[in-house]
Amino acid sequence: MIRVGVAGLGKMGLSHLAMIRPHPGVNVVGVCDPAGYVVDVLEKYTGLRTFTRFEAMLDAGEMDAVLISTPSRLHSAMVRTALERDLHVFCEKPFVLDPHDGEELANLAERRGLVNQVGYHYRFVAAFREVKRLLELGAIGQVTHVQAEAYGPVVLKPKGSTWRTQRSEGGGCLYDYAAHPLNLVNWYFGEPQRVGGTAMSRVFSRDTEDEVYGTLYFEDGKTAQISVNWSDESYRKMSTSVKVWGTAGRIYADRQECQTFLRDGAVVPEGYRLGWNVRYTTDMTPPVWFYVRGEEYSAQLDYFANRIAAGELDNVNSFRSATVTDRVIAAMIADAETGPRTERSARAPIPKRPGWMSWLRPAAGVK
Amino acid sequence: MDRLLFGDNQFFGVNHMSEEKARAQAMRFQNTQSIIDVLDVAYDEGIRTFMCTTHDRIAEIAAHVRAKSARYRDFLFYPCMPYAHKYANAMTDYGMLGAVKRFLPDEGLLDAAMRGGMSLAKKDIEGVTTLLIDAEMKMFQGLKTPVIFLQNVVVDFLLGLGFRDAFRIFASHVKSRYGAEPGFITMNLPMLLDALDEVGIENPIVCANINKIGFRMCGGIDAYEHALRERQFRAIAMSVFASGAIAPEEAIRWICERPQIKSVVFGASSRANIRSTRALMDQYSRLLRVA
Repeated sequence: MIRVGVAGLGKMGLSHLAMIRPHPGVNVVGVCDPAGYVVDVLEKYTGLRTFTRFEAMLDAGEMDAVLISTPSRLHSAMVRTALERDLHVFCEKPFVLDPHDGEELANLAERRGLVNQVGYHYRFVAAFREVKRLLELGAIGQVTHVQAEAYGPVVLKPKGSTWRTQRSEGGGCLYDYAAHPLNLVNWYFGEPQRVGGTAMSRVFSRDTEDEVYGTLYFEDGKTAQISVNWSDESYRKMSTSVKVWGTAGRIYADRQECQTFLRDGAVVPEGYRLGWNVRYTTDMTPPVWFYVRGEEYSAQLDYFANRIAAGELDNVNSFRSATVTDRVIAAMIADAETGPRTERSARAPIPKRPGWMSWLRPAAGVK
Repeated sequence: MDRLLFGDNQFFGVNHMSEEKARAQAMRFQNTQSIIDVLDVAYDEGIRTFMCTTHDRIAEIAAHVRAKSARYRDFLFYPCMPYAHKYANAMTDYGMLGAVKRFLPDEGLLDAAMRGGMSLAKKDIEGVTTLLIDAEMKMFQGLKTPVIFLQNVVVDFLLGLGFRDAFRIFASHVKSRYGAEPGFITMNLPMLLDALDEVGIENPIVCANINKIGFRMCGGIDAYEHALRERQFRAIAMSVFASGAIAPEEAIRWICERPQIKSVVFGASSRANIRSTRALMDQYSRLLRVA
């Protein structure tokens, strides 16, 4: 049995707790949250051992791992404390606000041989995994452009502030929403070299952005555009999607399905064909031991527990991988502050007129 | 309970297969009248139970049915509460306690104030829970609600936390205040049956995904089959078509071969689909009864 402590009992913490407690290989030995009321109610009705201080929970008993779902600003210090006590750590996303901390924590976890994972649950959604598989097979040829989007109804009117509405606390649309599509892009294509054209604007929030748009530039010339808005009530709940264009086809994926168009020249995976192919998450998702709100949430915790049980450090959502996303986020903040750089009056260089001989040469790409 | 119950996912943009289809449905049903039109078709086809979320728009349906009580003499509502999204969103903004406070009735009723206030102060969830139930039930005043369900997100969340008393509180309040039977929706049927046993809820009404391919049947299809054979409960099957993965005839036949399944809840938007589901259900129920 893996002995787990759960730190932070907000929406995500309680949701993790509800899934990890029934896990057959896990024993929840303590939960903590500074909101004394919540922990008292939990203790009274669920028999869980509760604490209001993180250190008190760590001191109280033997444990192997912690789940940390506190406001993002607190992650860094809490993760460090846990690692220094040789605990495996699952931390909610975004990982940390300062990417330097992220690097250090990734090093520390690796040095100590501890399982380290961040809660980017979309990597456990079958449709998004299928995209990863198709890209690794090179199904759509050379990728030229990616569009990664997330929309949903979070901030729909001006309202009071919580940690989620303060960028300094790790709240806001960028950390909360945009982190997901960015993380998928990082999973598929690694770390971009540059970011540009970042626009972060407010719709209703006073202290943070509600929309994030921007471009990521990769070393090989491909680009990714990010478009995120958490003040969009036309969506019933958060909706994340990616479109990937390649020389031999295009992929579209969201939580429910992965649609792939393959054209001549595509590497056609087994079971696929030229033209349209649709794969549904419901068909590709393996069963989970316990379901509360989507298989991916259960699956990521199961994966964490299994990694610990197997002593396996390699992790699809390692601290190191999450730090890539943290760095892109930091770069987008810096880019947005710099503002747009090209004036309206800027002149585009006039293309050189081709000589008559050029008519005899074929255009690039034409055989 | 009737053999066929009519669900409401299709009306509110819930589709497990495709966001595009979900959006198309949300557009089609944004006028309440278009929902009523489909309900009328179902009702005239003999499907008189509407198992519905306590979504704001259901209040409009409830008002319509109340206003035309002669037309809807046999119409039954099976409310499924709470409409979880509003609580989840409120919890993000205000924390658990703040969210609960926001949804307590604030008309200044002495009873509500006492039950809510005392209960919050004593960290006793009974008062708060019953108040929340009453708030959700307000829209069904004067209508027939013989079974009242707790939604799966909440059931499974409480089940996972080990908050079993909440099931007992829900069951006893629904019985005493509304004269209704409590129902529980879950994605984790075998585990829930154990928990309900422990708090003494006998022969419970439980609605769960039950389908031929084991889609979202946590604990595994074998454990479900075992529960159907061995446990004392009234099963309502949902997702019998596994989001379209099983052909209707095959899906319904499989259900009808399991007589322990009392009812099936299904969603449909057209007369053709409503009629064919009913016909399949009649056909296989008869066939297998004879066999």
